[in-house]
Amino acid sequence: MAFLEFQDISKQYGSVKAVDHVSLEVKQGEFFSLLGPSGCGKTTLLRMLGGFERPTEGRIFLEGKDITDLPPNQRRVHTVFQNYALFPTMTIWDNIAFSLKVAKRPKKETEEKVDAILEMIQLGEHAWKYPNQLSGGQKQRVAIARALVDRPQVLLLDEPLAALDLKLRQHMLIELDTIHDQVGITFIYVTHDQGEAMSLSDRIAVLNHGRVEQLDIPAKIYEAPATRFVASFIGDTNFFAGEIAAVRGDYCEIRSEGFPAIQAYNDKALAAGQRVDLSVRPEKIRVTKTAPAAAKGPGLNVVKATVQDIVYQGVYTKYWLKAGARRISVLEPHSRFLLDQETITWNDDVFVWWHPDDGYMVEVK
Amino acid sequence: MGVRTESHKTEWLTTLPSLAWLTLFFAVPALIVLAFTFHGHTPNGGVGEWSLATWKELVDPDYPTIVWKTLRISFQVTVWCILLALPCAYAIARMGTRWRGVVAGAIMLPFWTSFVVRVFAWKTVMHPDGWLQAVYHGWLHAKLALFSWIPGVSVPVLADPPPGNCLLGFAHCAIDTARTTIIDSEIAVVLVSVYTFLPFAIMPIYTAAEKFDFSLLEAARDLGAKNFHAFRKIFVPGIWQGIVSAVLMVFIPAVGSYVIPQMLGGTNCVLIGNKIFMRAMQQRNIPHASALATLMAAAVLVPLGLAAWWTRRAAARDRRKLELRTAQLMSTGGQR
Ligand SMILES: Nc1ncnc2c1ncn2[C@@H]1O[C@H](COP(=O)(O)OP(=O)(O)O)[C@@H](O)[C@H]1O
Ligand SMILES: [Mg+2]
Repeated sequence: MAFLEFQDISKQYGSVKAVDHVSLEVKQGEFFSLLGPSGCGKTTLLRMLGGFERPTEGRIFLEGKDITDLPPNQRRVHTVFQNYALFPTMTIWDNIAFSLKVAKRPKKETEEKVDAILEMIQLGEHAWKYPNQLSGGQKQRVAIARALVDRPQVLLLDEPLAALDLKLRQHMLIELDTIHDQVGITFIYVTHDQGEAMSLSDRIAVLNHGRVEQLDIPAKIYEAPATRFVASFIGDTNFFAGEIAAVRGDYCEIRSEGFPAIQAYNDKALAAGQRVDLSVRPEKIRVTKTAPAAAKGPGLNVVKATVQDIVYQGVYTKYWLKAGARRISVLEPHSRFLLDQETITWNDDVFVWWHPDDGYMVEVK
Repeated sequence: MGVRTESHKTEWLTTLPSLAWLTLFFAVPALIVLAFTFHGHTPNGGVGEWSLATWKELVDPDYPTIVWKTLRISFQVTVWCILLALPCAYAIARMGTRWRGVVAGAIMLPFWTSFVVRVFAWKTVMHPDGWLQAVYHGWLHAKLALFSWIPGVSVPVLADPPPGNCLLGFAHCAIDTARTTIIDSEIAVVLVSVYTFLPFAIMPIYTAAEKFDFSLLEAARDLGAKNFHAFRKIFVPGIWQGIVSAVLMVFIPAVGSYVIPQMLGGTNCVLIGNKIFMRAMQQRNIPHASALATLMAAAVLVPLGLAAWWTRRAAARDRRKLELRTAQLMSTGGQR
């Protein structure tokens, strides 16, 4: 049995189904993210694990033990709340010592553990301040230390970085990763920010409308989205809706309305007639003024297009192009010295092309 | 510089009305009362010549007992009010906004009826043939049977109990019904005082509880605290200001109360308020009444002042201790 297991969990609030038959398995020590848009049921799932909500259906197991009906204080699962929820009437030191004092640990042990974790989060000099004397990032670190000091089985984090500004968020991202490596405790991280989830997680469960759309490692989620929702929620993509017209070996030909036939790698061995959504990420498409040389095998997908919009970002340039009735977005990274190259400007007629291997087909049921 | 003087001036101007009000209707009367105590009284109820006669008269052997009793009862009333107000305020603050208004209104509702009428109603409830009397008797019997061996617990018992007034046939259980009515007892005064002052305790605590962030209790439970522990360690300190206000709102009027002990305490519960009333209204000895009032004010203000001083000193000591601890932590951290 897995370390932590959600078995067919549902949660109904009146007529709203916040969580809809979710089954998940989390491994020990894993950094696991629940990713999805606002209102998809992430917090509800987390609160059921924390013991603040009772599932309408299903059971939750932690190390083989059914914890579904245990109150929060009887689970060794701690939460880092989005608003930190530090106790304003206690010093930082007492905030962190809270769980150890509640558990009536020996005084010496408590002092050692609190001092050690204060050193880890580098807030030793602020130990005797009160929460309202700290900055947002410092409060965040105290909240994490408070939840980690008695080494829970699982640490839950509900959008912990949402209240911080961009710079601090990037800094805390690295810090969180370091802390996770240091303590080796299972982290369950809730966020609506795909960037955070991608950079931190061992595995991600993408949620939508209370259901798990896909559960996989970040690279698989990005490169091989299971559904159209996942493909569009994680990063940008170009969708080509169509039908498989013919299958040729490992490749197939997709007919999409108002577009020439598209070659795509048929990794799922779909048969002709199957409706699909082909997702091609912007950074996998190239834009050139001259047509690319013909390639072997299935050949390249090449389309003529007009440049509509260009946003130069230094690291890369983003293009929006019009091909027939369709808009295509392209992200061109600059790995060579840009000024030596032939520039593309507004309203230029260009060639847009990608290799059949670089598109990913999502079945339409 | 000019701006500062300007803002200073406006600040002065805005506080002036309330300052004038306080001076005129609080400070001046208080000083007049104080001045009265250094006067004698005239037989027709006036204030006489300057003298220390009034203060000399105050050496009445009854007074220390009465002052003590007043403070003791006020303290009891305050403790009960706070203990009852805490869960009430907590419950109201956790209700939906619609119910909150209704319940808060219901708590204030008694103030729409006359205070004297309400106290009089209690007199009826406490009638010697009523159910409250029966409950009280049951309590006395239980106290006698269970706790009479503890030194300091005394129950009025007839030396020669009349037959038929015994519980379970124990002769020593016979309680003097005539002397132990709930009406005219200290308990009646405490009970009705708690009833009267409870809203004054609930309101400030509720106001503080309404601003309290209840997710802190969730955090405490998440970290392993039981409900009551979270309530005691997180909720109570979180609304401490409200509790302090509630204590003052109950304790101060309780010390001065005279209607409740007058109507329900009989001769068993004469408090300082009753004495002041008697001296001023019946004996028409205004200076004596003033002296008693001054004495009582001192009895309240001196401990309050001491408490405030002590709290401030303790806070300063804590702060110094924390600074020391930080310095220590930093130096050991540096060594590691
Ligand atoms: N206590 C509640 N009562 C009623 N509906 C709720 C409650 N909590 C959450 N919901 C609903 O459940 C759905 C999922 O909410 P939530 O888990 O907070 O989403 P997320 O954290 O992903 O933004 C939302 O539609 C929300 O309105
Ligand atoms: Mg949420």
